[in-house]
Formats: sequence, structure tokens, C-alpha cells
Amino acid sequence: MTKTTMTVNGKPVAAETEGRTLLSAYLREGLGLTGTHIGCDTSQCGACVVHVDGKAVKSCSVFAQDVEGADVKTIEGMANPDGSLSVIQQAFQDNHGLQCGFCTPGMVMSSAALLAENANPTETEVRHYLEGNICRCTGYHNIVKAVMATSGQTVPAE
Amino acid sequence: MPKDGGIGESTKRREDIRFLTGKGRYTDDINLRGQAFACFLRSEVANGRINSIDTSAAMSMPGVLTILTGDDFTGMGGNPAGWLINSRNGEPMKEPKRPVLAHGKVRHVGDAYAMVVAETYGQARDAAAAIEADITELPAVVDMAKALADSTNLVHDEIGTNQCFDWGWIEDNRAAVDEAFKNAPHVTTLELVNNRLIPNAMEPRASLADYDAGTGDYKLYTTSQNPHLHRLLIAAFVMGMPENKLTVIAPDVGGGFGSKIYHYGEEAAVLAAAKAINRPVKWVAERSESFLSDAHGRDHVTKIELATTKDGEFLALRTETLANVGAYLSNFSTATPTFLHGTLMAGPYKTPLVYVNVKTVFTNTAPVDAYRGAGRPEATFSIERVVDKCARELGIDQAEIRRKNLLTPDQFPYTTPVGLVYDTGNYQATMDKMTELADLAGFEKRRAASAKNGKLRGLGLSTWIEACGIAPSNLVGVLGARVGLFDAATVRVNATGNISVMTGAHSHGQGHETVFAQIVAEQLGIPASSVEIVHGDTSKIPFGMGSYGSRSLAVAGSAMTKAVDKIIAKGKKIAAHMLEASEQDIEFKDGSFSVAGTDKAKTFGEIAFSAYVPHNYPLETLEPGLEETAFYDPANFTYPAGAYACEVEVDPDTGKVEITAFTCADDFGNVMNPMIVDGQVHGGVGQGIGQALLESTSYDENGQLLTGSYMDYAMPRADDVPFYTVDHSCITPCTHNPLGVKGCGEAGAIGSPPAVINAVIDALQRGGHTHVKHIDMPASPARVWAAINNA
Repeated sequence: MTKTTMTVNGKPVAAETEGRTLLSAYLREGLGLTGTHIGCDTSQCGACVVHVDGKAVKSCSVFAQDVEGADVKTIEGMANPDGSLSVIQQAFQDNHGLQCGFCTPGMVMSSAALLAENANPTETEVRHYLEGNICRCTGYHNIVKAVMATSGQTVPAE
Repeated sequence: MPKDGGIGESTKRREDIRFLTGKGRYTDDINLRGQAFACFLRSEVANGRINSIDTSAAMSMPGVLTILTGDDFTGMGGNPAGWLINSRNGEPMKEPKRPVLAHGKVRHVGDAYAMVVAETYGQARDAAAAIEADITELPAVVDMAKALADSTNLVHDEIGTNQCFDWGWIEDNRAAVDEAFKNAPHVTTLELVNNRLIPNAMEPRASLADYDAGTGDYKLYTTSQNPHLHRLLIAAFVMGMPENKLTVIAPDVGGGFGSKIYHYGEEAAVLAAAKAINRPVKWVAERSESFLSDAHGRDHVTKIELATTKDGEFLALRTETLANVGAYLSNFSTATPTFLHGTLMAGPYKTPLVYVNVKTVFTNTAPVDAYRGAGRPEATFSIERVVDKCARELGIDQAEIRRKNLLTPDQFPYTTPVGLVYDTGNYQATMDKMTELADLAGFEKRRAASAKNGKLRGLGLSTWIEACGIAPSNLVGVLGARVGLFDAATVRVNATGNISVMTGAHSHGQGHETVFAQIVAEQLGIPASSVEIVHGDTSKIPFGMGSYGSRSLAVAGSAMTKAVDKIIAKGKKIAAHMLEASEQDIEFKDGSFSVAGTDKAKTFGEIAFSAYVPHNYPLETLEPGLEETAFYDPANFTYPAGAYACEVEVDPDTGKVEITAFTCADDFGNVMNPMIVDGQVHGGVGQGIGQALLESTSYDENGQLLTGSYMDYAMPRADDVPFYTVDHSCITPCTHNPLGVKGCGEAGAIGSPPAVINAVIDALQRGGHTHVKHIDMPASPARVWAAINNA
């Protein structure tokens, strides 16, 4: 067991962790932040994407101890300070970009990372960037629409 | 019309707020004090005799609390098949026992035969690896045709065959169908495979069991589409406990698509373990376990023949299908290839004679059951592919051959030759709408543009129909169903006028909390925000059958509507008393009870308050309170239908298929929330494109699953699919339910695969590769390239 410290959603946290504890497990079980979901065991599905120092990271692919000292943001930290939905979260609701909600936290975190890198992505860029996030419900239509709407772009009508 | 969301509005989903902020509560998010963790040990061979299981070393590992094996469950019942099918010769189907944990034999890779419970999941997993199981590997039964031919190598020795049943539908029509084929001017024949799919709801299955030693009550939090069905199966059939000692809670559930309808052994095992150690026990499947042990979908091998006149009028249709049921009968596995498939083989057409034969086969593979569409995608794919092939053989346009044979609006109600009665429809309208939206007239121009870029463009069509809201119970009972297929709702008006609606339907992505509230709000003329939808907990909701088969709105929604009718009727009695008028003179409109022709009125809230504070109330003749329950058993199926068009570009050098446009024109009857309906169609089409181009479930000859992870099983990803064009403005309301609704959840997955494959074949044909008559799904680049080059 090693003492691990990091900042999660703006708050400093410290805990003893095993070497094999994944960041995803630490967030869910250690900190009770169950918005980060585990949908696979091969780092393919993207339901566990969080931001580590501003970059989108699949939290099942790093150990908690690997992000010692880092600034971590999860879906629980995405809303505005007054608790209202952030622009990207609101776009997902407005565009029906989620159904069962399981892939949603990872999808929102990946989309936010994309928009931070590229404020005006094309449809092709959005689809390419989200390739690492699997959704089984939406057929991706409304997810892509939500991301493009966030950047103020016109999106296809139904 | 209420201000914040009645029927027909694209009300934004209230459930989204918790899902978007990480506050959803899925089974794995629930933790009980003192909970232990279970890990299942699963067979690595497809077929094997269990000689011994030595758990002694594992039991002494750190943190291990208990280990259970098949021996511990021999006193329990089997997990039953929900539908008894008789063979053509009248014999009942073969129904081998499906135990909680494998006993005596393991029958597929992933078949669980032991469970370790420990303080942590890591400890349970470590200990599972220390169990010494002596299992003799036996030759695996994988291929269906071989399984039927071989009477020596059996999945279940005690039934003496690998055939579950040999079903004919309708057997009495067989001679007439055969006769029609003998005399037919033209016969088109096609052999095809409907590929096995793995549902892959993004939330893996999970269960958390709790046992109260003081009361003897069990509680199970689990990933279920139908908590009451789970309770019934676990309590009455498997564990043999009174139903009232078990509560099943399906909290937020991360997708189902059929795979979470069924009871699985892990659920009974964790309940038994919770009692054994007197602590809560949690199990969460790893994705690898989902691939190996969730019920798979489809897996049909079919020969279909279509007899026609020379100008393409359909005379008769005949199919022979082998349907894989895997190693054990999952709960609806026998209904799916029969009453959800054979009865749909008339499609939207007026084909006068149809005969369907289905042989179901046990193999050493994971159980196969209903997956989004369930039997209807298989039927639609077979029909629409053979129609397409027939049109090419006869030199008739794809749209023309369909229009020539579609039922016309004046033919409804229409009794099909496979035993259904379509109540209403307008298939020409959806064809017209699709033709317009997909700009079929402009196709040739687009094809020429693609050709300039070295790409082969193709256009594929499909028309589809499905039967949703399976019912009525008495009829399906005659056909072998062992359950009722009604649903139920309780509408509880609280004293302050807000409302709790307890429904038997379960939402795992469909947005029931929003749309059901819209419906109740519309009926009562109150804001949707004052209506709360409660679902998923058997201790709170009336007995309902859950959500699958696009049934929630048509069946549970109807029950809800009927319960609200009762509320209004009682409200009128209360209002009559308060307003000193005759009950017959009370009108209810826009949330107000008024005396006809006067300005005397009471608001809904005043009536609700009076029901619970009955000071000025007809207590002599009327009970206080305002709460009503309705059970609704539909008179018939509902029959949504539509017409789809798919355009593809094929790269002839690589065989890669790109979908450039996908258009859906559907008739779902009345639409409650267009935004949600659009989303349902998008999702279904996404899954259908996955089946058509990407998803393949491969077992090798030893029964090893070769596609057991997202590295091997090609799930559709964002860049595999286009924006879809969807429309549901063609409306023929269902004639027999109060909302006039039909169901939309499965449509996309039913109508899209044949449209995609028809488009691929069209692209190759127009591109000069006229030898390519068919490509089995998934039409991967390798398969398409091979088809082009194996002239």
C-alpha cells in the first residue's frame, strides 16, 4: 500500500492504494464517484474516460498511483458551480444524446476534451475522435449532433 | 394541453439530469454494508464431463468466505423455458434442465460451474484460479447441421437428440404451399445466414443479493428489464421460495436489448450465497463474461423460396430454418424463432400462401434468445433478400416489385396466411415518404458521381412489419406461452395533487420517466412535472411483465391510461358531491371538474385534497382516497411498419462498404414524444448496420469463442455510421389500444439489415459484378472483396 495524493474535481484527496488499483476503481470505490463507469475489460469502451491534467484518459488504463499529484476531473465535476448543466452536458440533453446513460459520462468527458482541443470540429472529426467511446443505444446520431451543436454548428434536421 | 409537456411534444428527458451529472444509480453503484464479492469460475471447454472439483486449496486463500458448486444446487429447480413449442408430429419440445451452476457436465465455454465469495473481488478472483477442477474435454457440437446428423455426440445426453423441436407453421397449409410451388411460373431460391450477435448492453450484468436472517426476506438488485418476471422465475421455479419473500429491484439499467429479460444462474447463486454467509453478496460481470454468458441473438441458417408469376406477383413463400438455441434453453429462446419469426413471414405483402419450418438445435455454444427485434429481423431479412433477388431475376425494379405486392389500405383488417390479423396500415404511404426523403429519383446522378471517384454506389430498399405488444394472454397461452402478457399501472394521486405512477414497464434507456409522465399529464390536464414515474421495484409496483418487444407504451401505457380513466371517474363522483350536482352533469377538461353549462368547478387539486381530507365527501357511498390500478391485456398485437432505403459506396479495391445515406419512413401509430421516437429508430438502425456490416460471433470447431472482446467483436462506432434521416409522419393509429400507439423500439434493427445488404448487392451488380447474388452478414471488406474477385 502506498499513499497516493491527487486533486479530484478541485478537491485534494489522499488515500492508501494497492499497486494494482486502477484509477477507475479508486474513483468508484475509494472516493464513491460512481459516475465513472466500467463497461469493458480491454480499455475499448470509453465509459470510464476522465480528464487527467486536462487530457482525456481511460481511467481503467492507468493505476491510481500513476496519477500521483495530478489534477483529475470526472463527470461529477462537469456541472457549473451553481449546479446547472455545463454547455456540453446541456447539449446532450437538448439533443437527446443519451438513452440508458451508461456510456454517457465517458462520452461527455471525451467530447469536452475534443472541444477543448478543437472548438469547431467537423462531423468527420467528431466521429473520429469519439471512436474510442462505444454507445449501444443512440446509433451516435444525437451524440455527434450534440457535440456539433455545442460548438455552434448547424446540424442536420431529422 | 398542459404547459410543460403533453402528448406529442418533444419534452426533454428528466432522467438525463442524473445521467449527465454522474448521479445515475446502476446496480454496481449500490453498496450494502458488509457486502462480499462473488467471482464465477467458468468452463474453458465447450463440452466436458466434470469428474471432480477440489475447492480445498481455494477455501484456505485469504478472504474467502464460501465456495459453491453445482452440487450445492441439485435440490433447486431448473431455469425454465417460457414457451412450450410442439413439433410437427405433436411431440412437445425437449426441455433439458438448466441448473444454477453446471452439474455433471459443462456445456459451453463460459458455463459457470463454481462461485467463490470473498471479502474483495480480487481475493475471489485469485481463489477461483486456485480451484482444481478435473474436467474431461469431450468433442464439441458447434455446427447445427452436424449436430442434427449426429446422434452420438449430444449436448444433453438425457434427451437423446440435439434437436429441441421441429416446428411447422402452419402445418395444415404445407400441402397447398408445396402445390403452388410445383405449378409456379417462377421460383427464386436463396440460402442465407442470419449471423449470431452478442447484445452488448454497455452496462454488464450485475447482481447484489441481500438476505435478512431476521425475517427470511431476500432482496436482489439486478440488471433486469422485468423485475417481476425475474422474481417469479427465481422464487417459483428455481429457488422454491414464496414470491413474497423476494424483492427484485432493477435500478438504473444500462441498456438491455433483450439480454436482460432473462433469469441467469448467477442471480440465484448470489442469493443463495447471501443466505449462506449472512452478508450481502455482489457480482458484476467483466465484459469477457458478458461475451461468454449473456444470451446471444439471431443465429439462423435459412433456405427461403419465393414463387411468383413472370411479372412478379407473389404466389407462395416457403422457408426451412435451423435456429441455434445454444447449450441451454434461455427463457424466450423457443418463442423467438417460432411465434416471433414464423408468424411474420407474410411481411407487409399479400402473399396468399406461406409455410415455415423451423428446427431448433442444441449446440455447445452460449444460449441464444431474443435480441432487439427477436425473430422479426430474421423474418424481415429473409423476405426482403429473396424479394430483392426475385426482382433481379425477373428484371423488375426494386420499388416496383414491392409496390405490386404490398397490402393496400382497403385490405385491413387483414388475416395473414401465418395466423396474424393486421389491424391497420398504409404501406404505400411509407413507401412514398421514403421515396421522397431518400430522393430515389436522384440516385442515378449520385451513382455517376461515385463512379467518377472509382466507387460503386448501390441502393437498397426494404419494407418491414413487426408484431409488438405480444398478446392476448389467452391466445398466447394456447400457443404455448407459460406467462401472461398483460401489464399494469397504479396511479396514486397524493393529497396535495401530485401523482405517483407505478408501472410494470421498466426503462433502461427508453425515457419512460419522461414520456409516461407526458401521457398522464395530458389526460389529467396537469403539468407533467407533477407526475412521477416509479418503476423497477417489485415492492412498489404492481405485477407487470416489463419492457421488451416494443411493448411498454402499447401495453403498460394503455394500462396507465385506463387507471387514469378510473381516477377521472372517481373524481367526477367527488366533484358531483362537492358541487351539489348530478354525476352525469360533471365534465372533466383541462384539469377541472365542472358542472356542464355552468361556471361551477373544482380543480383537480381540490378534488385530490378532498379525497384525502374527506370532510365534505360522500363517505356513505364512496371510499376516500384517490388511487387506482388497471391491468391491461391487449386484444391483439400492434403492427408498426415502414419502408427503408440505404445507399452505400463500395470501394472495389478493398471491399470496404461505406453507408452514405440511410432513410427510414415508419408508421408507429400515434407518437407520444417525437424526439424519443427518433432516438429509438437511430439506435435500432445503428444496431442493424452493426449486424449487416460489422458484427460477427465466431466459434471455432472446438466451441471456443473467437470474438470474446471488443478487440475481436466489431461494435459499431461513431465513424462507422452516418446521420440517419428518420420520419414517422405516416400514421395509422392502432385500432385496439386507447393511445393508438404501436411501438418503435425494434423497428430500426428489423428494417435496416436487408436494406444494407440489398444496397451492397446493388452496388456490385451495377458495377458489373453480376455474379454476386448474395453476401452473408456481416458484409466485411474481406467478404465483399472475395465476392467481387471470386467470379
